[in-house]
Amino acid sequence: MSDTNLIKGQTGLWEVVIGLEVHAQVISKSKLFSGSSTEFGAEPNTQVSFVDAGMPGMLPVVNKVCIDQAIKTGLGINGTVNLVSVFDRKNYFYADLPTGYQISQFTQPIVTGGYLDIDLEENVTKRINITRLHVEQDAGKSIHDLHPNHSYIDLNRAGVALMEIVSEPEMRTAAEAMSYVKKLRSILRYLGTCDGNMEQGSMRVDVNVSLRRPGEELGTRAEIKNVNSIRFLGQALEYEIRRQLEILEDGGVIVQETRLFDPSKCETRSMRGKENAHDYRYFPDPDLRPLVLTAERIEKIKATLPELPDAKKARFIKEYGLTDYDASVLVAEQEVAAYYEKVVGSLKSSDIRVAAKLTANWLISEVFGALNRESLTIEQVPFPPQHLAKLVDLITDDTISGKIAKDVFAKLWETGEDPSQIVEKLGLQQITDPAAIEAIIAQILEKDAAKVEEYRSGKPQLFGYFVGQVMKIMQGKANPGIVNKILQEKLNG
Amino acid sequence: MRGAKESDKRLNSGTARSLEGLPLGIKDLFCTKGTRTTAGSKILENFVPPYESTVTQNLFDAGAVMLGKTNMDEFAMGSANLTSAYGPVLSPWRRTSDPSNPLVPGGSSGGSAAAVAGHLALAATASDTGGSIRQPAAFTGLVGIKPTYGLCSRWGMIAFASSLDQAGPLTHTVSDAALMLETMVSYDAKDATSLNVEKPSYLASLNEDVRGLKVGIAKEYLEGLSEDGLKLLQQGIEWLKAAGAVIVDVSLPTTAYALPTYYIIAPAEASSNLSRYDGLRFGRRVAGNSLDEMYENTRREGFGHEVKRRIMIGTYVLSAGYYDAYYIKAQKVRKLIANDFDQAFSKVDVLLTPTTPTGAFALNETPSDPVTMYLNDIYTVTANLAGMPAISIPAGLSEQGLPLGLQLIGPKFSEQRLLNTAKVIEAAAGFSMGAK
Repeated sequence: MSDTNLIKGQTGLWEVVIGLEVHAQVISKSKLFSGSSTEFGAEPNTQVSFVDAGMPGMLPVVNKVCIDQAIKTGLGINGTVNLVSVFDRKNYFYADLPTGYQISQFTQPIVTGGYLDIDLEENVTKRINITRLHVEQDAGKSIHDLHPNHSYIDLNRAGVALMEIVSEPEMRTAAEAMSYVKKLRSILRYLGTCDGNMEQGSMRVDVNVSLRRPGEELGTRAEIKNVNSIRFLGQALEYEIRRQLEILEDGGVIVQETRLFDPSKCETRSMRGKENAHDYRYFPDPDLRPLVLTAERIEKIKATLPELPDAKKARFIKEYGLTDYDASVLVAEQEVAAYYEKVVGSLKSSDIRVAAKLTANWLISEVFGALNRESLTIEQVPFPPQHLAKLVDLITDDTISGKIAKDVFAKLWETGEDPSQIVEKLGLQQITDPAAIEAIIAQILEKDAAKVEEYRSGKPQLFGYFVGQVMKIMQGKANPGIVNKILQEKLNG
Repeated sequence: MRGAKESDKRLNSGTARSLEGLPLGIKDLFCTKGTRTTAGSKILENFVPPYESTVTQNLFDAGAVMLGKTNMDEFAMGSANLTSAYGPVLSPWRRTSDPSNPLVPGGSSGGSAAAVAGHLALAATASDTGGSIRQPAAFTGLVGIKPTYGLCSRWGMIAFASSLDQAGPLTHTVSDAALMLETMVSYDAKDATSLNVEKPSYLASLNEDVRGLKVGIAKEYLEGLSEDGLKLLQQGIEWLKAAGAVIVDVSLPTTAYALPTYYIIAPAEASSNLSRYDGLRFGRRVAGNSLDEMYENTRREGFGHEVKRRIMIGTYVLSAGYYDAYYIKAQKVRKLIANDFDQAFSKVDVLLTPTTPTGAFALNETPSDPVTMYLNDIYTVTANLAGMPAISIPAGLSEQGLPLGLQLIGPKFSEQRLLNTAKVIEAAAGFSMGAK
């Protein structure tokens, strides 16, 4: 660990220790222990079975699909899938917990171990170990703000499968924690086991954070519950680290407690102290037998794993000669990577590496720029990938210049038309005929004889002026390389 | 009534099913669609299930008709049917010497036992967590069988202690028990602990051939047995010997730990199972100024003393700091008890024991101390802890003229063997059908 991650207080150096528990809602049609639908946004209490509502005599039966998803995730984060795991009851009373206990996994989770390599700066990664992944039920939702003295309960979410993924306390900065969540979300999306939608609550983060003197025992930690965006995670950590630092520097002690992050005030607030901590009275759920998996089942799922972001990134760098940064950006979302590869697959260029790199530039700057501007996703690009490939081909085969290409792109975005048709219709083909360019240059040099004199008497910066004049007259269509070459000859010759 | 009319039609048209038109008592622990189901508790005083339990559905599918729901100890917690929020059940039996003093029918399936023993219902469903079928059977002169854990689906049967609860019938005869049980048993994908075995045909396979059957007598079950009980057991031994069975002495050294183990595991599971009775979605609700207050008021008024006692015991044994010493240790002992049985069943085919230490007691003799009351289950809880089937057969009368039962315990899936052996005892005992 590098010293740069330490923070300097007035009394000396401090090390921040961060561990994360991520709750990821499993993508499945029905709930973990019942057949009810898991779809988001339905009318309250319309997706609730007798099992979900904790009716007398109702029993849970495990949904195999949810387990397969957990296995897949375990494999995706390099964990060990345990052949035997156990469902436990976590007992506590709350209005949105119908049975009075949450079925979870306590002593024997389905996955133990694992790791993620998080991306820090260019070409720098850090391995964060994962302690465990276990499967559990989500609770329902309590709605407190619809009535002055009543709360409403929506049980649609009650019983939906969650994966709780617990990291080792190996992150040292807010940036590392954010990077961890980004990477985990990316992997979950690749695997198709969680949609990673933090705004809708399908991914939530509990943050454990403490400070210590470098090399010393772990300090007392605070837990910040239910952080629901990566930006908030960063803000919550920045605030909490500063808060703890101030207390410790003043010689105070950190109270072990659960805190909540308030995004409107950008601060964390105490929710309950250790003395009010629940005794969850975990014990194995007698309604469920231990979850026994076969090696065959795990192998079968392993065979369905997609190429994950790290492997894809390495391949993009190797096959297409992309920079670490470009490759990282393109693989962060599977859909973007897939779009990119579709474009590259349609390229006609003879030098695929050059064209592929150019494609990456166009995708990252122009396409992403336009998508951001209009708040669209990659699925909503208004033209097929082949059109972007055509645009890149038009650049690499010198039909148009990069500058003209930007105009063509704007048109392409607007109309979705084939770029070669746009170029033809608007007559934007690049002029590469040296004779035509030379004629224009001769005309300019003759007209601007005084400037030519100035140039020749020691004002080389005027070269750009002449290029500009040529482009102006030729409406930017002249091949810049040829313009430069002929101008050099004429002015210096 | 609709069921009865349908049965009449079928009986007239010659399309009768195996239980066509037979009126059954249904223990109020089984959820019955559209019929109030209380589990003997005030907290469910207004609960009308919108679903039918698998066990009752199986019976109705075979043509049985529900005569009514039978009273029971609250949430099946009791051995005398005195904990019901709806009042005690009286046994149709009386002591010859004291006929005006009402007796308990046993529990928790006391209502079912009394209804059958009193010839109100032909048979009844019951459930057995620590002896709740067999003990009332013994007290009221009935046959009661608790099958192997997992044979009867628990879906729709209100849970007391999930790892111990099993449904079973209370009947006058062994043949009736065979027919009822084979109808109740089914694999049920809605119960993860249900066993996927073939539907049995106990009645058709019923016979009295016990020649060469090895019957174990556990010495630990003889200690402290009453004179009546000892005499009865001796009688049972003679009957089985006469029918060609071989008697073998065995030892179940963990017997003494069974009751304490049971009274840790059962309350632990119950404390969690009963958390859902919170006044929010169904059942009784007593308002409060906060959520916690509503919980407290609802559960204070909704649950009776014995249920509260067990919830507190269960909560205690699962608490941080006590979990290892109580719950974990109890689970270990439970394994040892099961091992004991496995050992015994490597030497013998069935075990013969008394069902209860004594015959029925009077309401006014009820022990005030819960532990003395719990001792009623001393011979029955082991079968629940080990998941083994066990049957109680009326085998004679005490000096006071009250029925006494003998219990047969067998290895898992030995229901047929238990029924056959019970049939021998039944024939030899010549027990007259129920109370007069």
